[in-house]
Amino acid sequence: MCVAIPGKVIEIYEKDALVDFSGNRVRAIAGLVPVSVGDYVLVHAGCILQKLSVGEAQDMIRLFEEIEEEA
Amino acid sequence: MTDHQITKIKTWLAAYDGPDISIMEVCGSHTAAISKYGISGLLSDKLHLISGPGCPVCVTPTGYIDRLIALSLEKDTTVVTFGDLIRVPGQRKSLAEAKGEGASVEMVYAPTDIVRLAKEHPQSRFVFAAVGFETTAPVYAMLLEQLVAEQVSNVQLLTALKTMPPVISWLCEHGSGIDGFLAPGHVAAVTGADLFVPLAEKYRVPFGVAGFGAEELLLAVYGVFYAVVQYRDRGVVPSVKNYYPSVVCAQGNQRAKELVEKYFEPCDALWRGIGVIEGSGRRLRAEYACFDAGSDQLMEDHKKNPACCCDRVLLGRVLPGECPLFESVCTPMNPQGACMVSEEGSCHQYLMYHRER
Amino acid sequence: MSQEKKITMAHGSGGRATNDLIREIFAQAFTNPVLDAMEDAAVVPGNEKIAFTTDSFVVEPLEFPGGDIGRLSVCGTVNDLLMRGAVPKYLTCGFVLQEGLDIGLLERIVKSLAATAREAGVEVVAGDTKVVEGNGGLIINTAGVGFVPENVCISASNCRVGDAILVSGNLGDHHAAILSRRMGISNTIESDCAPLGEMVGALLQAGIRLHCLRDITRGGLGTVLKELAEASQVTMALDETRLPIDVQVRDFCGLMGLDPMYMGNEGKLVAFVAPEDAVRACELISSCAYGNNATIIGAVTDEKSGEAYVNTSIGGKRVLDVLFGEGLPRIC
Repeated sequence: MCVAIPGKVIEIYEKDALVDFSGNRVRAIAGLVPVSVGDYVLVHAGCILQKLSVGEAQDMIRLFEEIEEEA
Repeated sequence: MTDHQITKIKTWLAAYDGPDISIMEVCGSHTAAISKYGISGLLSDKLHLISGPGCPVCVTPTGYIDRLIALSLEKDTTVVTFGDLIRVPGQRKSLAEAKGEGASVEMVYAPTDIVRLAKEHPQSRFVFAAVGFETTAPVYAMLLEQLVAEQVSNVQLLTALKTMPPVISWLCEHGSGIDGFLAPGHVAAVTGADLFVPLAEKYRVPFGVAGFGAEELLLAVYGVFYAVVQYRDRGVVPSVKNYYPSVVCAQGNQRAKELVEKYFEPCDALWRGIGVIEGSGRRLRAEYACFDAGSDQLMEDHKKNPACCCDRVLLGRVLPGECPLFESVCTPMNPQGACMVSEEGSCHQYLMYHRER
Repeated sequence: MSQEKKITMAHGSGGRATNDLIREIFAQAFTNPVLDAMEDAAVVPGNEKIAFTTDSFVVEPLEFPGGDIGRLSVCGTVNDLLMRGAVPKYLTCGFVLQEGLDIGLLERIVKSLAATAREAGVEVVAGDTKVVEGNGGLIINTAGVGFVPENVCISASNCRVGDAILVSGNLGDHHAAILSRRMGISNTIESDCAPLGEMVGALLQAGIRLHCLRDITRGGLGTVLKELAEASQVTMALDETRLPIDVQVRDFCGLMGLDPMYMGNEGKLVAFVAPEDAVRACELISSCAYGNNATIIGAVTDEKSGEAYVNTSIGGKRVLDVLFGEGLPRIC
């Protein structure tokens, strides 16, 4: 459910923003979350749902270690 | 993750030899990703991944589709929809078939595209087929904001919106034998991972909020199976773990949740093949009834084929391959039930990827 | 003819308007001695073994980045001939014009068709035009004849255990280009629509042990490989990390909930060659105009007859089947 992928905010207009997905440009509705140019955002059905935090690779290593620690 | 960590996970998943464990993914995109990455093939015979009712198209009742078709055949009315819904059969036919008979149906990528259509054709009425879970509800709320602000009066929604917690409760209370859940990552992006905390506490099952990349998903699958074992063997209390922290936080998107509250209120909802689950839907609030295309009257659901097992597949009671219609009578070209129609439906996925488990 | 003129039912009457249309648009673009004779049937030199095929082309929009329906209707038929190792020679074209079709647009499409035929080395030796009611659309049917050289045996049932599997370039470009326009997504994806004669010729001329060729069209690579695995009763084993997919197409698919494995091309082929010839074959394809990013993506094995699968990046196994349905964009 809920196809959504991260893209990068390129330009911001009054109600929407131009988001780039490796060269695919989509005007996505902004307004659910404050965004700035350069932010990575999650877009679903033409709407920005959430801003992404960086450092995903580090997160995964940490999460794996957490699972192990509970053992 | 490091190669060493991935190897460790795969070794654990393949070597597990304790009592059987079943975890359910309640998200069609997870079902699809599990097949695509070949994750089920990495599991020992004792570990089971079960596809739950997480594809909004699959759980939309036939009465809803029939109403959409009726609207699309009305004079000066166009039904606007995502591609997913086009081929779903109602009681007699699908929107695609109706279109072949002259019905007015438009496919769009974003619901807000309907505003452009409505302004270009002020004499026509446009009805959006508003299906989806918590992820998509804010998109409809944003559409309503725009309709109200720009005083667009020729757009309506036919809603079949669903919410996750009531159906997960329902599954836990109806003894489906589910030991843990992979929680839908994009639902949690909106609602926050905390949405699942009361469920984990009440039913004593672990939840892992999962992303959609190969490693993200593998990690979450491992995390949930591992948590089930920890609870069983050592009494570690099950909790909600967020394996998708780049997108999901504990509280979710506050603004999105408020906007959904502004326009929608909880209601009982009919799930295809399951029946009515109390408080599991959302409908337009009374003050916005002018945007409703008659969503409240849609309480009918008819099986196209009485032998169809979609209801029990959605509950994880039978595997798609155990349905007598699977692959013989029911195929993606001639689907008997919704799970075969949607590309994310369990039956479609099992057939397409030749999954046996 | 001027830009504003539209096709009317009179253009299909068989009378004056039909003759004007044929003379001013079709005859001029396709001119060659056989066609110019305007006989009821073309009489042409032959060969002992011929390959013969036909295809009809329907696409919306009629012109798209990287091509148009005219170029497409040459490439589709010519590539089908090439996939049997034939040298394409003759083409026929049937045009079904809908009332209201812009004549300027028709002229551009016909010129593009003629230019692509020249590029592919085929002559349009017969044609037909009909007009039907409608709203400005166009359908083209082409049939093609090619000569099959002695000792060439390339067939869908001829993939052998041990063969290397090559693709001539990036997957899914055509389908992604068309869908981008239909869904209003702005990008620079272009259709890969192209005739593949140069690369097939290069492989045959170099004596590459070529067992099977298939152009990757509707249904994408996944569908093609599953069909060939069944036809040849072998297993197709692919390596996910080697599949050539442009990042823009990959993200377009991500946005639309589509899978590049099932997205069609119109100018790519998959080749099955003896393993010792694989690297050389890859180099030969790469040296051709439409062979950018040719890659060895896997091998034929004897694990399970009729199965095609991908070894995924995390070491899983993804089984491929033919595409069901029509690959519509989705959100859920």
